[in-house]
Amino acid sequence: MWGQAAIPRPPIALGQTPDQSQTTNWLESVDPMQYTNPTKVDESTYDDDIVRMFFGATVLWGVVGMLVGVVIALQLAWWPANLGLPWTTFGRLRPLHTNAVIFAFAGNICFAGIYYSMQRLLKTRMWNDMLSRIHFWGWQLIIVLAAVTLPLGMTQSKEYAELAWPIDVLITVIWVIFAVNFFGTLATRKVKHIYVAIWFYISFVITIAVLHIVNSLAVPATLFRSYPLYSGMTDALVQWWYGHNAVGFFLTTPFLGLMYYYLPRAAERPVYSYRLSIVHFWALVFLYIWTGPHHLLYSGLPDWAQTLGMIFSVMLLAPSWGGMLNGLLTLRGAWNRVRTDPVLKFFVVAVSFYGMSTFEGPMMAIRTVNGLAHFTNWVVGHVHSGALGWVGMMTFGTLYWLVPRLWKRELAYPNWATTHFWLATVGIVLYTVSMWAAGLMEGLMWRAVNDQGLLASPAFMDIVNRLDPFYWMRLSGGALYLIGALMMSWNFIRTIAASRSEVQAPSAAPAVS
Amino acid sequence: MAQTQRSNDQRFHRRALESKAGLFTIVTTLAISVGGIVEIVPMFTATAGPERPDWVSPYTPLEVAGRDIYVREGCYVCHSQWVRPMRAELLRYGEWSRAGEYRYDRPFLLGSRRIGPDIHRVGRKYPDAWHYEHMRDPRTTTPGSVMPPYPWLLERTIDAEDVAASVRALRRAGTPYSDQDVANVHALIGTQADGIVQRLAEAGIQTEADREIVALIAFLQRLGRDGRRAIEQGLTSPTEPAR
Repeated sequence: MWGQAAIPRPPIALGQTPDQSQTTNWLESVDPMQYTNPTKVDESTYDDDIVRMFFGATVLWGVVGMLVGVVIALQLAWWPANLGLPWTTFGRLRPLHTNAVIFAFAGNICFAGIYYSMQRLLKTRMWNDMLSRIHFWGWQLIIVLAAVTLPLGMTQSKEYAELAWPIDVLITVIWVIFAVNFFGTLATRKVKHIYVAIWFYISFVITIAVLHIVNSLAVPATLFRSYPLYSGMTDALVQWWYGHNAVGFFLTTPFLGLMYYYLPRAAERPVYSYRLSIVHFWALVFLYIWTGPHHLLYSGLPDWAQTLGMIFSVMLLAPSWGGMLNGLLTLRGAWNRVRTDPVLKFFVVAVSFYGMSTFEGPMMAIRTVNGLAHFTNWVVGHVHSGALGWVGMMTFGTLYWLVPRLWKRELAYPNWATTHFWLATVGIVLYTVSMWAAGLMEGLMWRAVNDQGLLASPAFMDIVNRLDPFYWMRLSGGALYLIGALMMSWNFIRTIAASRSEVQAPSAAPAVS
Repeated sequence: MAQTQRSNDQRFHRRALESKAGLFTIVTTLAISVGGIVEIVPMFTATAGPERPDWVSPYTPLEVAGRDIYVREGCYVCHSQWVRPMRAELLRYGEWSRAGEYRYDRPFLLGSRRIGPDIHRVGRKYPDAWHYEHMRDPRTTTPGSVMPPYPWLLERTIDAEDVAASVRALRRAGTPYSDQDVANVHALIGTQADGIVQRLAEAGIQTEADREIVALIAFLQRLGRDGRRAIEQGLTSPTEPAR
């Protein structure tokens, strides 16, 4: 019903890097909606320098963010790793970790992926190169400022919105610049119909602006301290409306956009169902925004708001799985290639984890389940099945797919990509399994009551000290994931260095003769 | 093929929406706005009710300074201020947290993770000296604790002018500090801090009134007390759901 009868064979040979001089872009010429656009555009008219810049930033900040994650994981297993310094304590480094992996690692790959794909999908260069550069350098400046201010304790305390108010202003300015360039490109596009990936990018650009501005409204007291306009439960509601939709519109919709472009390109198959993409896009963007109150179940928030948050979270399962199914079914007829192509391996595991964490999430949003899960390591495990599994693996797949196209050269160590894949996958399993076990244990022990109606474990420390083995197991999982990312980085460095020396050699020759 | 192509292009949603970037963006904006408006706007339009009780008062200037330190050190990363209405939580922590207790919390500090225990009812649970020792070295008061020590809080000082700037900003944000409160920040800090210094001295701990640890103790000892008093005196709203 949803599928398409005839699947045309791609003109690009399997596993082969597309010849850049040949402008036939399979996805665009026979696009997933079987939409034929006759316009042929020379790839060299696109701005790929900006893609390379965001690519490099993704790799760099990814390693930094994951390294901080491993450090704070160690701090929970072994408290002396707090180092006795104010700026290296868990309370200050944990926000640094979340900000680095969300806004620096995930943010930069979103921008790299968007700048590469939207030029090709819209068959036009980015509207304004200067705005692209201001966006890039502005975003990196924000990251550096975050990396300095958060360890110094300059924070607003709202999760994923910790940065001090002057940085919030800078984020707004840079985001508007990005949006102007984005919509300028959209307005000057050379194709009429807008492909589904772009829809997800539009929801990303718009919603993040709305969320960031509303949640950051505050009264400054000093240069780096401010107090929110909202107070108490209102502040909590605004924050979790922001917080959960940062997950929704920073870590989900742009990555679904990436999935809709890069997965079909890598699989050389059209997207499974165009109609499914319409239904799940509109359902997803409409439902997601309601789900914030599931972070405040059993709180002082009015019950009706808690119930709305719970119900919409459960409903969100449907559009989430619509996206997962559309991604996985796009691989029909290409599953044999998953065995050999590391890019597809990363994408398959990414989309699978998307499906798993978007099943787990709605379950955890049910009031009674949340009563057990909330405040425990289970939440940490859930977040990381989405972050390491979905966001991380989508990012790695996209990066590996982009390298030969951006630098016109195959990977320096092709086998390392597969090793990276297995390290990352085993790392995620160790991480999520240990955190599930730890979270369930915590949740059950906190609430256990004995025959006399008294707490079975009245000393909180008894429960804390049972978490050690799980914390070490989580640390090993995170370390494997980091090692994989380091292998990837070295692979990229060697690949890019080799491509530079190759490119320079022939151009030098004519000058001599 | 050409036939399919034409009929595809003529489909309504393609012509009406997916080929019009501006309209598509507007519809997307509407779609992402509904939920937030429905859920958040009523929080502002309600002028009375359990979220705005009269039995809770704003933090004193010294407590504001302590709260800023609490935020700076990221204490909320590991400690919640949110006792849920569940049997085990009432046994472990005390009365469940009422919405109105957070009335003057800017920012809110409910927390999302309990690496350490909830502390919404920690006010007056331990003596001041316990908190002093706990911050100096958590394992002296809590064997096996995984909390890092915070010895710098015992050395660093607060600046009353800085606290005054915070109080003024909080007032602009809507916290009802009187002109007198704002004018007397220095004196208010001094009086409250002296009391804590004296109690610490009685426990054999010598410190100065302007130390950060004094402000933090003031804040921690305040936590949950307005609510607890109101609950004991039966002042919490009868309309609040019994859970």
